[in-house]
Formats: sequence, structure tokens, C-alpha cells
Amino acid sequence: MAINWFKYSAPTTFYGLAGKLIPWFAIPAAVLFAVGLYIGFAVAPVDAQQGEFYRIIFIHVPSSILSMFLYLIMAGYAALGLIFNTRLSAMMATAIAPTGALFAFISLWTGALWGKPMWGAWWVWDARLTSELILLFLYLGFIALHASIDDPRRADRASALLAIVGSVNVPIIYFSVKWWNTLHQGSTIKFTGTSMHVAMQQAMFIMLAACWLYAIAVVLARVRSIILERERNTVWINELPEAKQ
Amino acid sequence: MTDMKRSSMLGLLVLVIRRDLVLAMRRRADVLTTLIFFVMVVSLFPLGVGPEMSMLRKMAAGVLWVAALLSSMLSLGRLFSADYLDGTLEQMMLAPQSLSMLVLGKMVAHWMVSGLPLVLMAPVLGLQFDMPAQALGVLILGLLLGTPVLSMVGAIGAALTLGLRGGGVLLSLLVLPLCIPVLIFGTGAVEAVSTGLSAASHLSLLGALLVLALVFTPWVTAQALRISME
Amino acid sequence: MLEVSNLACSRGDHRLFSGLSFALHPGQIMQVQGANGSGKTSLLRTLCGFLMPDEGAIIWRGENIRELDEDYYAEMLYLGHLNAIKDELSALENLRISAGLSGIELDEKEAITALRRMGLRGRERLPTKVLSQGQRRRVALARLLASDVKLWILDEPLTALDVGAVALIQELVAEHLARQGMVIFTTHQPLQVAGVEMRSLSLS
Repeated sequence: MAINWFKYSAPTTFYGLAGKLIPWFAIPAAVLFAVGLYIGFAVAPVDAQQGEFYRIIFIHVPSSILSMFLYLIMAGYAALGLIFNTRLSAMMATAIAPTGALFAFISLWTGALWGKPMWGAWWVWDARLTSELILLFLYLGFIALHASIDDPRRADRASALLAIVGSVNVPIIYFSVKWWNTLHQGSTIKFTGTSMHVAMQQAMFIMLAACWLYAIAVVLARVRSIILERERNTVWINELPEAKQ
Repeated sequence: MTDMKRSSMLGLLVLVIRRDLVLAMRRRADVLTTLIFFVMVVSLFPLGVGPEMSMLRKMAAGVLWVAALLSSMLSLGRLFSADYLDGTLEQMMLAPQSLSMLVLGKMVAHWMVSGLPLVLMAPVLGLQFDMPAQALGVLILGLLLGTPVLSMVGAIGAALTLGLRGGGVLLSLLVLPLCIPVLIFGTGAVEAVSTGLSAASHLSLLGALLVLALVFTPWVTAQALRISME
Repeated sequence: MLEVSNLACSRGDHRLFSGLSFALHPGQIMQVQGANGSGKTSLLRTLCGFLMPDEGAIIWRGENIRELDEDYYAEMLYLGHLNAIKDELSALENLRISAGLSGIELDEKEAITALRRMGLRGRERLPTKVLSQGQRRRVALARLLASDVKLWILDEPLTALDVGAVALIQELVAEHLARQGMVIFTTHQPLQVAGVEMRSLSLS
């Protein structure tokens, strides 16, 4: 039996679907966060070299990974929206951006928190931290451009193009920053990966899953409010039980 | 009016470049302000960090590159806005040749008016920082390869922010992060020769960026213009 | 030749028109009518391909203009509210450049002839910033003389023009139609072309 996927690409149907899906992501996210943080901060052993400080990586690493992947996913949706002119894809891209920026910010912040005891400085021009900072700039540019254009269609299309240009640029930026970093022999974040304890691996994996689930839940919720805002003048919105109250 | 002479693709490219150069000549003040801004930013650094020559020599390439980056942002806001406001941009989009070609013409003209003067000014400013001749040579070569990339990548931002409130600041916000590789390779080249290494790899990477930009940015900018004109 | 079928356009949330269909054949002229804000300019800009219609298609010689792209642009001329002339350039330079952008190389003599016919004798080499509104509009309209395309799309061509210039434009339009050209335009002033049926399209 063929499922009509295009049915769900209409904001009308997706609004309801997203509403039903949110709890399925939000609740496991909360549970996994609790479990992951417990294992990471209470069960996992103290690191031989870095002491207790290393535990910040259970937040730092998943946020870094999420921030990078979310940018690519955002650019993917943006490209879909631009090529096939589907409104929902553009809305998804818009909804992902703040979450991606948040993860980039958390990654920078936790990186700084980790850097102070390890390097004695809040900020070190490490290749990964620097790339993360530039990634945050790219997110902010996307959000700022979208926010400055009043016409939603132009906003969607212009920021989509920017996201695509940005995603093409990300590898070039990453490579150039790495090059710059080795040239200046800066410090690199290195975890004692060879002897990573099982509990550490578990905590890391659970936290990563929790972050993914959280991101999906939040993006779905945001897409719903974007749909409401964009379609406020249409009949179906005004017939929703929420609107009638 | 039966047999009109048709212009070729190349003819149109030359027409756009010549037109923009003539316009720039008649609004010389705009060109000069960008150049003066560049000189001023560069001259402020020694005042900010102190006149110690060994430090200035080390900073020179970075300072000149960052200043070039900032001053090219200044002039980018004007790249399409005048043509947008007076309706010329509409006519360009209706040209019987590809819009990318016209955009390329505007990029070339923009570089000749705002990038090239910076390259020509750089040796003088380099002397302010007591740069050795060899480093100065590499700096200029790097600027020569890198400033066109700034104009071309900047054009995408200029097209996306066309007619927006606060477009100038927004433009810098969008374009500056995308220009970081140019900055890194440009300053890296100077650093390499200063430490006795070859600058060839940096310069060839800059050249690669230039080729990439030449291939992709005119088309992307044309798409951005179409989006902004809707 | 130019066929519009089931066209729908909106600006933002507001639907301007929908289900619009018409065809324009060689030698025909059509006036788009409607109150302010009824979408006249949007319709013309859609015909130029600046705006993407929500629905429907615009067909030129049997092909969608989206696919034709530059081949369509080689056969049409659009004159909008904006004159597309530069203050810093002379009337002569402006005309030669705008003709050049539409793919036609005009030498100085041809350009001067066109400007003189537009009533700009003696003003050819002045920077356009010293010209009056009406004279600047004439510089823009001189493009009609420096073009041999089939389709003219004119948005309010008569604004700021005096009686003499209006008569001249009517003459040019009549010549264009006699050459089997097509015109679609908007105006708030009456435009009469002798011996041709004026079709009209109402947007409401």
C-alpha cells in the first residue's frame, strides 16, 4: 500500500501530524537527558588526566555534532523549498535555524568552560572552537536575513539561497581554519579517546540521542507556530479548536 | 529601424563594465571615501597597539587584510542598490543575454573601482608597518587574487539584501563569515614568506578560491537578484 | 502569440486576481484597466517574468516564458514606472546604454535621431539630472524607437508627458501595430490609436 507522502507536505495536514508527533519525541528526550546526565555525572569514572572537568564533554560534544548536522539539514530543506517551491520545506528550514544556533552557542560556552581549567584561558583559538564560532555567525546571518524581509516568500527564498551558499562554504571554512590552526600550532581539544570507559561511551551516546529527540520536538513545535502565523487568514486555521476558544 | 545591430554576449559584458566605470568616475567621491576609510583603519592600528616596529611588522598583513575586508563591505551596499532604485536592474533582468553575464560585468567593475585601488595603496601602507620587500610582494599578490573574491562573494550578499532596511550592516553580517578563508590564505601567504617558507601553496589556494568564485558566484547572484526583485 | 491562461497572482497574503485568461495576437493592443491596487502593475510585471504567478501560465509562441527565458526577452520590451536612466549620464549615453542592455548596438547618429524625434533636440548631451520629469520620461521612451521587438509592455507610459508627447506616443504605438507588433499597457490618461480596435482587460 502506497502512502501518499505529498499529503503531509501540505502545511494543513502537517500541522496536525506534527502536533501528534511532538510528545513522542519530547518525552523520550526528557527521559534520556535525565539518564544521560546521571550516567555522565555520577556513574562515569573520573578521567585520569582531566579529573572531573572532562564531564562537560557530555554536553559539549553532542551540541557540536547537532549544530553542524542541523546546518546541513537546514540547507537541505532550504534547497528543497527553493527547487520544488514547497512551502513546508522553507518553514522547516526557518524552524531549524534557532535550534541550530542554540546548539552552536552551547557548544561554544561549554568549550570555554572546559578550556579554563584545561588551558587556563576561557577562549583558545582552537580549530574546532573557531569553526563553531563561524558556524554560529552563519546561523545568525540566516536568522537575521529572514527576519529583515517582510514578505515571507522572499524571506524564505533569500535565506534558503544563503543557507545553500553557506553549506558549500562550510567545508572550505573548516579546511582553512584547520590549516590556519596547524600553521600557528595552536592547541587542539583532545580527549583521551583510547581508553574511553564504557560508561563514558554510554553517557555520550544517550546524550546525543536526547539532543536529537529534543531538536526534533522543538523544531516540530516551532513549525506549528510558523504555520499558524503564515496561514492565519485561511479558513482551516479559523476552524481549529484552538482558534475557536 | 529594420536592421538593428545586435550586440554579442561579450559586447554586453564590456558595455556593463564600461557603464559602471563611467558612473564611478562621475561619482568619484564614493570611490575615494572607500579608499580613505581603508587608509584610516590601517593607520589606526599603530595608534591602538603602540609603535613597536617588531610587533607592527608581524601584524601588518593581518591588519591590511582585515581593513581591505571592511572597506570592501562599505562599497558593496552600492553595487546593485542604485540600479535597483532607478529601474535599471529591471531592464538588466530583461536583457536577451544571461543575467549572470551582466552580473559578472558589475562584479568586475566593482573590483576595478573598489578592490584594485586597495591593492595599489597597499605597498604604501605596508611601508608604514616596515614590511620587508618580499613580504610586501606576496601581500600584494595575495590581495590581487583575493579582493576579486571579496567583490564576488559580497555581490551575493548585496543581491540578497537589496532594498532592505539596514541592508548595509546585514550585508556585512552575511558576507564576512563567508570571506574568512580568503583572509586566512591571504595572511598565511605573508606569514609563510616571513618565516622563510614558500607562499606558493597559499597563493594557489587563493587562486583556486578565485576560480571557484568566478564559476559559481555570478549565477548565484543572478538567482538572488531574481528573488529580491519579486 | 501571447497567451495567458488561468493566471493567479497575489502579493503577500492578498490575492490580486485569479483565473485570468486572454490572448494577444499580432497587430493587437490591449489596455489593462482597474482601480488603484487592483494588480495592473503586478500583472505587467508577471508578464515580464519578475513575479512568479501562483497559478497558470504565460505562453509566448507556444512555449512557457519560464522555459524561453532569454529568447522571450529578446522579443519584448518593458517600460515601467521607473525610467531606468542615470542622472549622471547624458540623454545620449542613457539611450545608448539602455538599448545596449536590450541587445541593440546604437551608434551615436541613430541615438541622436531617436532623441530628436522624442523632442529632445539640443538636450542630447546634457546630464539627465538637469532635465524635467517629462523630458526624462521622453529619454526613457526613446527606447521604443531604438527597438524592433514584437511585444511592448508599457506601464503608465504617459505619466508626466505633455500633449505633444502623448500624440507622439500614440503615433509610435500605431506604427508598431502596423508592423504587426503587440502592445499591452496601463494608463490613467486616454490613449487613442486610430484605426485599431482597443481591447480592454478589467481587473477588479
